[in-house]
Amino acid sequence: MHTQVKFCKIVGKREIAKNQVELLLENEILAKEALPGQFVHINIGSEKNILRRPISICDAYDNITRIVFEIKGEGTEILSKKNVGETLDLLGPLGTGFTVKKDAKAVVLGGGLGSFPLLYLAKNLTSPKVFLGFRDKEMVCMEEDFSACGPTVIATDNGTYGYNGFAINAAKEAMDDCDIIYACGPTPMLKAVKQIAMEKGIEAEISMEQRMGCGIGACLVCVCKTKSGYDKVCQKGPVFKASEVEFE
Amino acid sequence: MNTKVNFCGVEFENPVVTGSGTFGFGYEYSQYYNLDEIGGISVKGLTLKPREGNKPPRIAEVYGGILNSVGLQNPGLENFLVNDLPFLKKKFSKCKIIANIAGNTLEDYIEMGRLISQSNVDLVEMNISCPNVKHGGVAFGTDPCMVSEITCKVKEQCNKPLVVKLSPNVTDIAAIAKAAEAAGADGLSLINTLLGMKIDINSRRPILNNNVGGMSGPAVKPVAVRMVWQVANNVNIPIIGMGGIQDGNDAVEFMLAGASLVSVGTQNFVDPYAAVKTVYGIEEYMTKHGIEDVNELIGAVKPW
Ligand SMILES: Cc1cc2nc3c(=O)[nH]c(=O)nc-3n(C[C@H](O)[C@H](O)[C@H](O)COP(=O)(O)OP(=O)(O)OC[C@H]3O[C@@H](n4cnc5c(N)ncnc54)[C@H](O)[C@@H]3O)c2cc1C
Ligand SMILES: Cc1cc2nc3c(=O)[nH]c(=O)nc-3n(C[C@H](O)[C@H](O)[C@H](O)COP(=O)(O)O)c2cc1C
Ligand code: FES
Repeated sequence: MHTQVKFCKIVGKREIAKNQVELLLENEILAKEALPGQFVHINIGSEKNILRRPISICDAYDNITRIVFEIKGEGTEILSKKNVGETLDLLGPLGTGFTVKKDAKAVVLGGGLGSFPLLYLAKNLTSPKVFLGFRDKEMVCMEEDFSACGPTVIATDNGTYGYNGFAINAAKEAMDDCDIIYACGPTPMLKAVKQIAMEKGIEAEISMEQRMGCGIGACLVCVCKTKSGYDKVCQKGPVFKASEVEFE
Repeated sequence: MNTKVNFCGVEFENPVVTGSGTFGFGYEYSQYYNLDEIGGISVKGLTLKPREGNKPPRIAEVYGGILNSVGLQNPGLENFLVNDLPFLKKKFSKCKIIANIAGNTLEDYIEMGRLISQSNVDLVEMNISCPNVKHGGVAFGTDPCMVSEITCKVKEQCNKPLVVKLSPNVTDIAAIAKAAEAAGADGLSLINTLLGMKIDINSRRPILNNNVGGMSGPAVKPVAVRMVWQVANNVNIPIIGMGGIQDGNDAVEFMLAGASLVSVGTQNFVDPYAAVKTVYGIEEYMTKHGIEDVNELIGAVKPW
């Protein structure tokens, strides 16, 4: 059997926070195959912007795959205009996701957009401690979803909601007593996670971002530096062991 | 209907191959369809020794195309011959394998030509757009004398059909093509990417860490078609035409301009089935226009 390009009907659409769009995609195989931390590569159907856009799988259940994205540039803008009933052409699930250590004492750490891919992971953990950081109150989202998985602390950079400061600072104590840290977010945060994990001698898995071409491992444009050289984020990643990644 | 094309003595089931660097070593796309449905694949550019490539970001999107600056990251020729080629040859019986090679020195190219001669690769595609480290980084492919020397020397060592891949970043591509032909090239392929640049106006930084990169995709097609046509008018060896091919109609356009084979590159990123759909598209065109043999299309443009 060959892998197929998947056609998914949009069956739900919502703006969950400022410029943050959630789409519910209907495709049974995609939802069944999806693993936490994997992504889909979406054809936005524009002749000007020809590349597909990589978006993480936020959640998957029954025949539904949930994605959430921020409107950043032209591609995500086009994507945000797609409506319920329209069909998206996407590749996926792609890449290597998180190692789900179900019963481990886990800290789940998300920064901004990096929070989205962590939900499906958190749902698959017995008792995760979740820390999510956002720029300000307007950007905060998915608090209830995460709270249903485990104790969830929301942090805002400007203190307009929840903990005043970065999520990683809010997570300090929890990280002192945990087996594994799962993180996704801005590079400085991931770098700090790597350092903390190395110092404490605990495991950490971080999800990396890079501009992509094919999304399936054929073009070598999406690399990040690791101990073994430049590895493909779309195939070996997006989730890497923090100890493997070399920040340039 | 005949879609077979004999290219430099190698029989291709149909005229569609894939562009080097856009199709890995075939494995990834073979998960989407049987590669025996297309004529052949040109594998990622190989160098004598493994190469790490450039710092990311290595891709930028531009109007109707992309820029890339991969910098020839590859596991090295030997690794390919030992690990990837046997897989391809075992799994696919009809799909022809084109080894794309690149070097920093003349000696690299010669040695690679020699090593490949002992393998069951079907054709060699020699990328001469790379900077020549011994000659202060000037690309081999921009100087007819260097093109002549390198083609001649590699040809001496290499018993496979030798296709020279031309860079469009030159003033007179026909002159380079003629030099390659005179030096013994069996075929030509063109175009490689056009040097371009994209700057993020907010950060004032180029998107590519390498600052500049090679442009490909639909936006380059008119330039590529023109170059294929000019080259076809000046040489008698067959051509693999490429640059922005999205479908069967684009492929036919290249064939009319003078290409015997066509190559699908960037479009694979948009649609993993792009190459195989191009095969079907050519067949549809043939049916619609009552063409029995695809070879009739080669160079059949009627210029004013
Ligand atoms: C594995 C992975 C998972 C992702 N998951 C999500 C998610 O769940 N939600 C979300 O909001 N965003 C996610 N992103 C980021 C998202 O892909 C970019 O924000 C998006 O591609 C921007 O496209 P654009 O056309 O709006 O921006 P433009 O800047 O116009 O895009 C131009 C080009 O650059 C690429 N690009 C720009 N920014 C990024 C980036 N940060 N990462 C990768 N490529 C980029 C685009 O894909 C496009 O090819 C993910 C990225 C990766 C690599
Ligand atoms: C990501 C990428 C990597 C490439 N790597 C190579 C390479 O290693 N060797 C080579 O000869 N051409 C390379 N090319 C050029 C393509 O083979 C082709 O000549 C060019 O992209 C034009 O065709 P297209 O518009 O259909 O992509 C690369 C192109 C892209 C987009
Ligand atoms: S995007 Fe092509 S290898 Fe990762």
